[in-house]
Amino acid sequence: MNIVDRRLNPGGKSLSNRQRFLRRAKSLVQRAVREGSGERKISDIDQSGEVAIPADGVREPRFHRAPQEGVQDHVLPGNKRFVAGDTIEREPGGSGGERSAGDGGEGEDDFRFVLSREEFLDLFLEDLELPDLSKRRLATLETKEFRRAGYSATGSPVNLAVLRTMRNAMSRRIAMRRPKKHELAGLEQEIRELEGQEGSEELLTQRRNELSHLQQRSRRIPYVDPVDLRYRRLVPVSRPIAQAVMFCLMDVSGSMTEHMKDLAKRFYMLLYVFLTRRYDNVEIVFIRHTHEAKEVDEEAFFNSAETGGTVVSSALREMQRIAAERYPVADWNIYAAQASDGDNSPEDNGACAALLKDEILPICQYFAYLEVGAEETRMPAGFIGRRTTLWQTYKPFGDDGAMAMRRVTDRREIYPVFRELFQRGGGDAEGASL
Amino acid sequence: MSRPGSEGLLFQGKDWDFGTLRRSYDAIEAIAVNDLGLDTYPNQIEVITTEQMLDAYASTGMPLFYKHWSFGKHFAFHEAVYRRGLMGLAYEIVINSSPCISYIMEENTAAMQTLVMAHAAFGHNHFFKNNYLFREWTDAEGILDYLDFAKGYIARCEERYGEAAVERVLDAAHALMSHSVHRYPRKRRPDLRSEERREAERHRHREETYNDLWRTVPTGSATSEIKFSEERRRALLELPQENLLYFLEKSAPRLQPWQREILRIVRQIAQYFYPQRQTKVMNEGCATYCHYRIMTLLHERGQIDDGAFLEFLQSHTNVIRQPEFDDPSYGGINPYALGFGMMQDIERICTRPTDEDREWFPDIAGSGDAMGVLRDIWANYRDESFIGQFLSPHLIRQWRLFHLVDDPDSPELRVEAIHDERGYRHVRRVLSRQYDIAWQDPDIQVTDVDLAGDRRLIVHHHVMNGGLLAEGDARQVLQHLADLWSYDVVLKEVDTASGILLKEHTAQARPVFF
Repeated sequence: MNIVDRRLNPGGKSLSNRQRFLRRAKSLVQRAVREGSGERKISDIDQSGEVAIPADGVREPRFHRAPQEGVQDHVLPGNKRFVAGDTIEREPGGSGGERSAGDGGEGEDDFRFVLSREEFLDLFLEDLELPDLSKRRLATLETKEFRRAGYSATGSPVNLAVLRTMRNAMSRRIAMRRPKKHELAGLEQEIRELEGQEGSEELLTQRRNELSHLQQRSRRIPYVDPVDLRYRRLVPVSRPIAQAVMFCLMDVSGSMTEHMKDLAKRFYMLLYVFLTRRYDNVEIVFIRHTHEAKEVDEEAFFNSAETGGTVVSSALREMQRIAAERYPVADWNIYAAQASDGDNSPEDNGACAALLKDEILPICQYFAYLEVGAEETRMPAGFIGRRTTLWQTYKPFGDDGAMAMRRVTDRREIYPVFRELFQRGGGDAEGASL
Repeated sequence: MSRPGSEGLLFQGKDWDFGTLRRSYDAIEAIAVNDLGLDTYPNQIEVITTEQMLDAYASTGMPLFYKHWSFGKHFAFHEAVYRRGLMGLAYEIVINSSPCISYIMEENTAAMQTLVMAHAAFGHNHFFKNNYLFREWTDAEGILDYLDFAKGYIARCEERYGEAAVERVLDAAHALMSHSVHRYPRKRRPDLRSEERREAERHRHREETYNDLWRTVPTGSATSEIKFSEERRRALLELPQENLLYFLEKSAPRLQPWQREILRIVRQIAQYFYPQRQTKVMNEGCATYCHYRIMTLLHERGQIDDGAFLEFLQSHTNVIRQPEFDDPSYGGINPYALGFGMMQDIERICTRPTDEDREWFPDIAGSGDAMGVLRDIWANYRDESFIGQFLSPHLIRQWRLFHLVDDPDSPELRVEAIHDERGYRHVRRVLSRQYDIAWQDPDIQVTDVDLAGDRRLIVHHHVMNGGLLAEGDARQVLQHLADLWSYDVVLKEVDTASGILLKEHTAQARPVFF
């Protein structure tokens, strides 16, 4: 008998089967994830969670009899009052209290299971991609790592490749015919035997000469020679990191209601999850503005209340300043997302348009403008009720591939819009046509 | 009962270590061999965690298995149910292999580990080694190596032909798996060890005899002129054939060799599990009876204390609980309860028979050697024959069994027989039939195909008592069958008694495999 402790064996034996299952049921799971995420709070979006998919989609069919067909026999325990020949009324909707053992399948119920956080996000953000990451640069922050690159004849003793060295030594010894130990030993043995015998002087001398010759040779050809030495060669390799910076611009003036801020916040949070997931090195700059713009940290960006007028160009100017200062176009992919209710001081529109056209769009890979509307003004999808000042200002640039505009009035629209904006292959053209 | 001090105890309290396990195992083995006369494969006890138990659930309990999404699905399902707290995990899983591997959970208490070892490592193990079905249909020595080969083979196929292609074959094979066993004894014992070698031989033979010239030889006229008689044609194809995968593996016209090998693997595994389905009641009954005897003896001999024994009794009675039919928790007959009940009853018949028992079971009543009788039963019966022969009037009365007929054509349900003098044999016959796999599973056979003609495969379902196939599933399975066969398939549901065609399904092959 053996007792084996398997508890320390690596777990997750079912992992690859699980991945296969998810891949198989992908479209179903994805739909479930999307529907499920509509009900979730954005801040919970990257949690694991239970999803339910229709059991039909992952059915494993077998030949079996239909459960309620034909004559059925039941043998049941616990008879209390029946005698042979009794008849029992059928209860409506089935065979009454005498349920059969069932059809053994999983029935029509949904198939429920739990997705891990990674799986959830993977499916959630599937097919989404930042619009253009072509401008790959070797970042200043890049990591250098050492990678093995064969062997070299020189190096530090710690990098000595013993196996390779000994192999070289052995092939050299064989090639040079260095006498082997047992050959020498055999010869010595023979000489000792000959010494005891009479009349073998000639042979003895011959053997002794041979031995001294071999010993000399053995001394001259060393066991390990400096030429045999090999060292592991390590070369520094720099790993390029595609780096991007995302500017988050938001109007926090009095005209922005809580509802609007909430929408914007959700959009950014989605963005945040998306960015931190997709790219190793992504920096995010938060700029909020009223009549003047300020760079703030994430906390202040979402939470602090400000009052004042609305001058959008201030935010654009601030963004341009920061970009010029810290994120040279040559090294960074620059993306911007602006959320606003669409209000702007009329006299600022000209400045905005000029800034956007001449300064912002040329350096941006992508500029997404999200117009958040009040709840009550919710219109049928695709219909823009009121052209806001900002919308009209931005409209001429909407045709540009780098610019996309969307309007959102309800929390449920956030995800579809987000998806549309960042769909792989770009929904830019359609975005512009709105 | 003598009450020795604590020095005779195997363990105290609920904690255990490997020393405890070994001591308990030795004590159990002594009883199993000397008192019960059990004959087992060598044992291997493996301690595992909850997560590993869930893993094992997903791959039908086997320690290694090829990869397929359906196992992932089962894993996800069990995991969700377990996390919600709807399901406790089994205390053990035991594998019909030699050495016989029993998984025990690390969370079990010392008393539970003792119980589990008695149950799995001796009860189930004895049954696996001695029951004729397992001896005939399974190869305990070879199974683990075979699974290893299967896993490797399928992984290699995935590398060469792509995961998607392999998955399609496995999907189709799994759908047909339940109808891919040989039900009648073959001439020789299965030898899974040689499977791997035989695969290599087939492969080599194909390579050695490959000659590209054959491709250029004109075919047709010469051979197709010969009209086989229908009889001869069927005989050549071994028709009718109820082992669907076997038929496809041997006769499907367009499958690649590796696809045939995968069908073979699935078929071999289906065959390996086939006896388990037929011996659920006996297997669990045997294990439960053994653990009950062993634990009781351990207690009587002062090797486990009262606390441990009570803990054992508590989980034992949970396992053998049989709710009555009008109980909300009734979910069919509990195989543990029925098996254990019958085996205890047999012990009673052997040692303290009544006149009724003498009349019903003249061969064993009062024989005195209950273990001898039980060992013989364990070796030579399956559920259907076991119940058909050994369900006693005493037990039928005790369980108050009755037979209810549900005929959709009549407006009411009818009580056909109850636990009285007139009903015993009737109830016993009906119950035993419910454990007859041939009675439960639809009888599906490949009956004919004209290989020289349109190659349409004709499959019959012999309908009994008007029980047609569930339509949705049948259509899907048929589609898989057609895909593998690569020509049209028609499934005819024919009433066995009258020969009338009740229903017909057809499926056209999709070009998914070629």
